Order: sequence, then C-alpha cells, then structure tokens
Amino acid sequence: MNLGLKELRRRPGRFGAAAAALVLISVLTLFLGGLLDGLYLGSTGALRAQPGDLMTFSGNSKLSVIRSRITGEQRAEIAKIDGVTAVGGVGFALVSAAVPNQSEPASVTVIGYELAPAGVPDRPMVGEAYADQSLETKGVRIGQVLAVGPKQLPIKVVGFVSDTNFLQQGALWTAPTTWREVLASARPDQTLPSGTFQAVTVQTARATDPAGQASIAASIDRSVAGVRTVTRDDAVLALPGIKEQNSTFTAVIGVTLLVAGIVVALFFALLTLERTGMYGVFKAIGASSGQVFAGVITQALVVAVVSFLVSVLLVVLAAAGIGDALPLTLVPRRLATTALALTVTAALGAAISLRRVVRIDPAAAIG
Amino acid sequence: MTALQLTDVRKTYQSGDDEIVALESTTLTVPSDEILALVGPSGSGKTTLLSIAGGLLGPTEGRVMVGDEDITGHSPRELTSFRRRRVGFVFQAVNLVPFLNARENLLVVAEFAKLDKKGAKERAEQLLGELGLGDRMDNLPGQLSGGERQRVAIGRALMNQPELVLIDEPTSALDTKLGEQVMQLIVREVKARGTAAVIVTHDLRMTQFADRTISITDGRIEH
Repeated sequence: MNLGLKELRRRPGRFGAAAAALVLISVLTLFLGGLLDGLYLGSTGALRAQPGDLMTFSGNSKLSVIRSRITGEQRAEIAKIDGVTAVGGVGFALVSAAVPNQSEPASVTVIGYELAPAGVPDRPMVGEAYADQSLETKGVRIGQVLAVGPKQLPIKVVGFVSDTNFLQQGALWTAPTTWREVLASARPDQTLPSGTFQAVTVQTARATDPAGQASIAASIDRSVAGVRTVTRDDAVLALPGIKEQNSTFTAVIGVTLLVAGIVVALFFALLTLERTGMYGVFKAIGASSGQVFAGVITQALVVAVVSFLVSVLLVVLAAAGIGDALPLTLVPRRLATTALALTVTAALGAAISLRRVVRIDPAAAIG
Repeated sequence: MTALQLTDVRKTYQSGDDEIVALESTTLTVPSDEILALVGPSGSGKTTLLSIAGGLLGPTEGRVMVGDEDITGHSPRELTSFRRRRVGFVFQAVNLVPFLNARENLLVVAEFAKLDKKGAKERAEQLLGELGLGDRMDNLPGQLSGGERQRVAIGRALMNQPELVLIDEPTSALDTKLGEQVMQLIVREVKARGTAAVIVTHDLRMTQFADRTISITDGRIEH
C-alpha cells in the first residue's frame, strides 16, 4: 500500500487545483513547443533533407542561399578535395503558384537539385516536380499542372514528398533547368549562368565523424577561393530567424516550466503544512522521514504525469481544430522532453517540502 | 521482566535565560504485564513522561530502558526503529488516517515496518475482529462512531506486537459508559498479550481499571 497513491485514489479532489494548474502550464508548454517545432520544421525541411554532410556557400553571402552563388568551376574544384565523394548544386526560388480550382495561389519554393535529398526521388523531367505533402492542403494533387511564378510557367506535379519545406513555403522539387526558368521569370536580375547554383551540397567519406567533416570543410575553404563551407546543421541554423526563434521559444518554455515547479512547490508546501499533525503521527508509529517524503514525491509525480496526459489530449484536440492556420506540430521528441521536464520539475518542487518533513517532530503527535 | 525502567530521568527546556523543568528526576519501573495509570492535572508532566517512555523525546538526564533496550542515547533514526518494533501508541486525538479504512489504518504500521503483507493483513483482521469491528473493517474513520475509532486506534497500537503500549487520555472524548467500555477493552487486550501499558488520564474514575495508579504534579511523581 503506497499511502501517497491511496490518498490520490480516495481523495483526488484535494489535488484538483494543482492538477488544473499543471494541465494549463503543460498545455502552454506543449503549444509553445509545437509552434517552435512547426516553425522549425516548416522552415528547414529542404536543408535538413540535403544528402551532403556539408554545404558550401559563397564567402560573402553570410550563409544566405538567396545571396550565395557557386559557379560550375568552384563546384568542380570542390569535387577534387580529398574526402569529398559527391557534390550537387541546389537552388531556390520563392514564388507563388496558381493551383487549379483554387481561388488563392499557393506560396511555393521551387528547388532545383542535382543530388536527391532524403525522401525525394531522383530529378524529375523538365517541367515536372515532386511537391511537398503540405501543398495538399492548398488543393494540390498529383497530375495537376501548376502555373508557377509571374510568367505562370507550367509545372506538373508527379508525386508527393514530406518534410521538405523551405521558409514555411511548400517545396516543389524540380530539375535544375526548371528551377532556372522560374528564377529568371521571378527575378530577372538574378538570372544565373548555366552551371551556377546558389549553394552546393557536399557528400563526404566522413559522414559520422564531426572532426573529419570539419577538416574537409576547412580544406574546401582553403583550396577554393571565395567559398565558405559549413555543416548541414549550421546551414539550417543560419536560415533567417531560426536561431532567434529557437532561443526565444526555448526561453519562454523554460520560464513556463519554472512556473510549474513553483506551483508544485507551493502546493505541496501548503499540503505538508496542513499535514504536520498526520506526519507526526506517522513518525510516532515508526515511519522514517524518507517513507513520509516518498508519499509526497509519489503524489507530485502522479499529478504531473496525469496532468501531462490530459494536456496532450487537449493540445491534440486544439491542433485538430486549428488545422493549418498555425504551424503547430507535435513531434514525439518534444512530447517526451516535455513529459520529462514536467515530472522532474514537479519532483524538484515537491522536494522543497523535504526539509519541512524532516523537521516534523513525532512528539507533536502526543499532546 | 521489566517493560519500562526510568532511572533518574529528568527533562528540562530552555526558554531564553530560564530553564523550565518539565519532569523532575524520576525513577519508575513498570513490569511487563502491568497496567499503570498516570494521573495529574494539565501541565503536570505526564505527557512528557509518556513521550520519553515511548522514545518520542530524549531525557535531559537519566536512563530509559524499554525491555532490554537502553534507548537513552539513541539517534532519531534508532528511536524510529525502536518505536516501530517495541512500542504502541494510542493518541488522545485518536489520529486515524482519514482516507484509510479501519483495516488499512492498522496495516500502515506494518507498511512502515516493512512486514510481510499477507501476515499483516491476517493480523489486522484478527485484531479488528477481537475489538468487535469485524464488520467495519472497510469503513473509513468518518463512517465510524467515536468509540469505534478509539477501538481502531487500540488495534493500531497492538499491531506491531509491542512490549509497551502508551495510551494518552483514551476516554477524554467519550461519555462515561463508552469510556468504561474502552478501558475494559484495553485491559482485556493488553492482559491477553502480556503487554505492559501506561495510561495517562485526568479522569480518576478510570483508574479502577489499572493495576497501579501514580500521580504526577509539577513534574514530580508521587508514589
């Protein structure tokens, strides 16, 4: 018989206030985390899916794919570097596309690629594209011909891929020729010569060796003039707003969890104060401080876990209701870390009561 | 065999620069099958004496033996272990756990002592049966009368088969008839087990149930 669990089962109402507060805090934490993940995934998919461990940009571009230019000659030099196994150009054009039977155009990123990213088939024919699954909500279907960019260039959708968006815009993965046409139609001032891409993805022989990758990146930058090479992860972080978004949301989530800890600490401090007499009796009849405190911690953990489960249900329902109005994505890792953070915070909050429990005098049980 | 032996036990407290004497130098022997009534007015030191005998308080001076165990110099952890094994308490305010039924209020003692669960359950049910609560085992304290709650408390005090039971004002919240019934029950259960008991009471009518009565006034025992 665990006294803490018994009380929870017999008198759940006593813990209603703390549970309600934790549910709200957990909902907020999951919502913030879901928005952060949704924004992150929706902005970075195209780069995260790149097949190379490294990405090379022009040296003066500040790692911006829009500002960067890598020529065919630079690509050829990169391919010769020791440790480089493949080099593929990649280019991006942010435009809008008219979707058949839809009154609103869809914001898309036309991406021309040489090396197939993860989950994306090899290059389609010119004039064709693999569309990111997210474009289905905009009415895009396989077989449709989208009118892309200011000149309404026809691009036929031949398949769907997932988690490949770029800066919250649905990706259309195309042959480089198609991408160049779209880019030239949208930004005539940015027409690129044949063979030039905005960036290149670099596959190396040291896929699982960060030190090796760093060494190859340094070799590329030393040997090829006017370039800067970073890991794929660093390229992702360099996308506009990603770092700031991560740090802001993470800070807010951290503060929210701190509030959760304070709520639990206050609740169990009050509960312990209220129970001084009962805990005194327990100690008088032979309970150790550890046994008494185990009951307190058990209750804190159960309340935290149950509150978390209820909050997950609420957030899932909210996400279903919100649809694609907000970029809310619940990923398993976020759920797991939130559950862990909430239970650890609850345990630490309840631990504040340990000192009070230890100091309860069993002699107070008599007279 | 002696259940309780206090030798020159004294208890004082500091209050600022003053020393308050709660218990004057006390020597007391309680044989293993004796029921001792301890009477005195409020503030006389009887609760202090009970607390020292039960290992809830340490004496300032003197020696405390319960059975063959000298608890005088025990650490708090050792005193907790001692209480778990050798002493039973019946508190004035009864102090049953409100969210545990009668059976579970007894099993709590076994839980803290980490005793065998099956054996503990059988013992608890046997005790409650002997105390006339066989059909009330699943009732919560709020569903029991004052007398029934007191009987559960007596059962809890006997659950760990103690050598010494310390009972603080068992009849203070009961009417005379009920009080007598509870005292008869205490005597019956304690004598049946060869356990010694020290009963603190301010009600002189209850002393008839004890083998011996001693008075305490201003921290001093009058034999």
